[in-house]
Amino acid sequence: MQQSKRHSSFPIHIAVFLAPAVLLYSLFMVIPLVNSLRLSFFEISSQNQLSFSGLQNYIKLFTDSNFAPFFWRALKNNFVFFAVHMLVQNPIGLLLAALLAAGGRIRNFFRTVLFMPTVLSVVIIGFVWQLILNPLWGVAEGMLTAVGLGEWFGPWLGKPETALVTVALISVWQFVGIPMILFYAALIGIPDELTEAAHVDGASAWDIFWRIKFPLILPTVGIVSVLTFVGNFNAFDLIYTMKGANAGPDFATDIMGTLFYRTFFGQQLQLGNPTMGATVAAMMFLIILTGVLLYMFLWARRVQTYEM
Amino acid sequence: MKSTPLYRLQQFLGKSIPIIILTIYSLIALFPIVMILMNSFKAKNAIFGAPFQFPTSETFSLIGYDTVIQRATFSTYFLNSSIVTFTALILTLFIGAMAAFALAEYDFRGNALVALYLSLGIMIPIRLGTVGILRLMVSLKLVNTLTGLILIYVAQSLPMTIFILSQFMRQVPKDLKDAARIDGASEYRIFGMVLPLVRPAIGAIGIFTMIPIWNDLWFPLILAPSAKTATVTLGVQQFLGQWVSDWNAVLSSLTLAMIPILVVYLIFSKQMIGSITAGAVK
Repeated sequence: MQQSKRHSSFPIHIAVFLAPAVLLYSLFMVIPLVNSLRLSFFEISSQNQLSFSGLQNYIKLFTDSNFAPFFWRALKNNFVFFAVHMLVQNPIGLLLAALLAAGGRIRNFFRTVLFMPTVLSVVIIGFVWQLILNPLWGVAEGMLTAVGLGEWFGPWLGKPETALVTVALISVWQFVGIPMILFYAALIGIPDELTEAAHVDGASAWDIFWRIKFPLILPTVGIVSVLTFVGNFNAFDLIYTMKGANAGPDFATDIMGTLFYRTFFGQQLQLGNPTMGATVAAMMFLIILTGVLLYMFLWARRVQTYEM
Repeated sequence: MKSTPLYRLQQFLGKSIPIIILTIYSLIALFPIVMILMNSFKAKNAIFGAPFQFPTSETFSLIGYDTVIQRATFSTYFLNSSIVTFTALILTLFIGAMAAFALAEYDFRGNALVALYLSLGIMIPIRLGTVGILRLMVSLKLVNTLTGLILIYVAQSLPMTIFILSQFMRQVPKDLKDAARIDGASEYRIFGMVLPLVRPAIGAIGIFTMIPIWNDLWFPLILAPSAKTATVTLGVQQFLGQWVSDWNAVLSSLTLAMIPILVVYLIFSKQMIGSITAGAVK
């Protein structure tokens, strides 16, 4: 009875509830995104006229000497950036989460402190670390000397070999709070009954963690990895703040985000090109999509989610 | 056996090692922030001569703050950031709550499809559509306006807000709503009734929506870079670019930019972190 009434005409109040969100989201996010993807198949003339050019922009991006070296380097740098986060940020996040999850009141204090850098703007963090690492101020050098590692210090941000990893580690320092809090939420969700028996049998905390708890939080490991992957393509702010749009020294810190910005808006000598910019964005879109799909089909399907 | 010295040593280490590691990492997390805050209140000699010391009566100086307040239009930046963040936040929460309510409450045809469509935006960064967004803003004459920024931030924040809020709205007991329906309340009245019941969730989502908007550099840089519409994040970025050599001014403008977010964070950190872990604690 109710069914026939609901199906005959779409209830007006549902439309009223949904309309503002669907409209705003479509108009300012989905349609511009689709339009950007579409523009990557067009060429723009000096009179601002668009003409269809098929896959020309993509061929240019992969082979033209004005674009290809930059594109491949930015892509490689993005993967280095991602690898540093996977190898440093997420393991530290897991370690901190495991220590926090052990309980106790003082740990709430640690939780608040450890998450603090995450809420600050990337721009602020970028400048803060530029000052800390500045040899002129000598704070980082002073700290390293105090623990006997003074000789290690160098102008890390200025050298092409170390700049990218240094910037990536600064990003790790800022965002370690995110994997930490997600792992923490997963760990405290594990019921005590599951670990009690192992405790009674005399298993060490180390064994309990790796044999019982870690397998239970594997779904969170997957989510954290995907978030890390997608987040990398948003890393523009930090590099732009610390190294400018040219991602110096000598493009050593150039990632897809800065490449996109430069291609779209131009730089000192080169004019901006919206359709090539759209092509870079479309490549980022494809890479993100591939990552998310791989996660959904290869990881999320195989990893068992336990009902706890 | 349980009282052997070895066992007690193990117990002691088991309790203290985690605290030691957490303390060390907390120092790593706090140290750069503290260095900036501390040195912003010192004269230039002391910033370089004794960077690790707290300001004393001899080294205390507010000269950096004087420069910043005179030279930079920080009050404009703060006003712009506040208007953009606050308006985008209110719109996101209200519009998002409406859509979340529709998805959670009614079993209409296409519900799953609309939910999927809206949640696509959780994984895809809105920045990838920047070329299209800028063209749209040019044609709407919204470049260099706060309105343009607000609309983009609402669109960006809606997917996550709707996704989380609809989960919370599903938990509101049915009896309550059915009783109101029998009393003849309209569906809009029922929405108004449900809203206060999910207030804690709205609060937490609010903070998580607010922080990325306040901190964003990309869209202010691209859509509203004019001096009149610059936000704090963009303003600080541009101001610091020009003043690299004036350390007092740099340190104090960084401090001024950090304080509001840190204050908001310290007030709401319990709710914020609590909301992420809420699903887990039973």
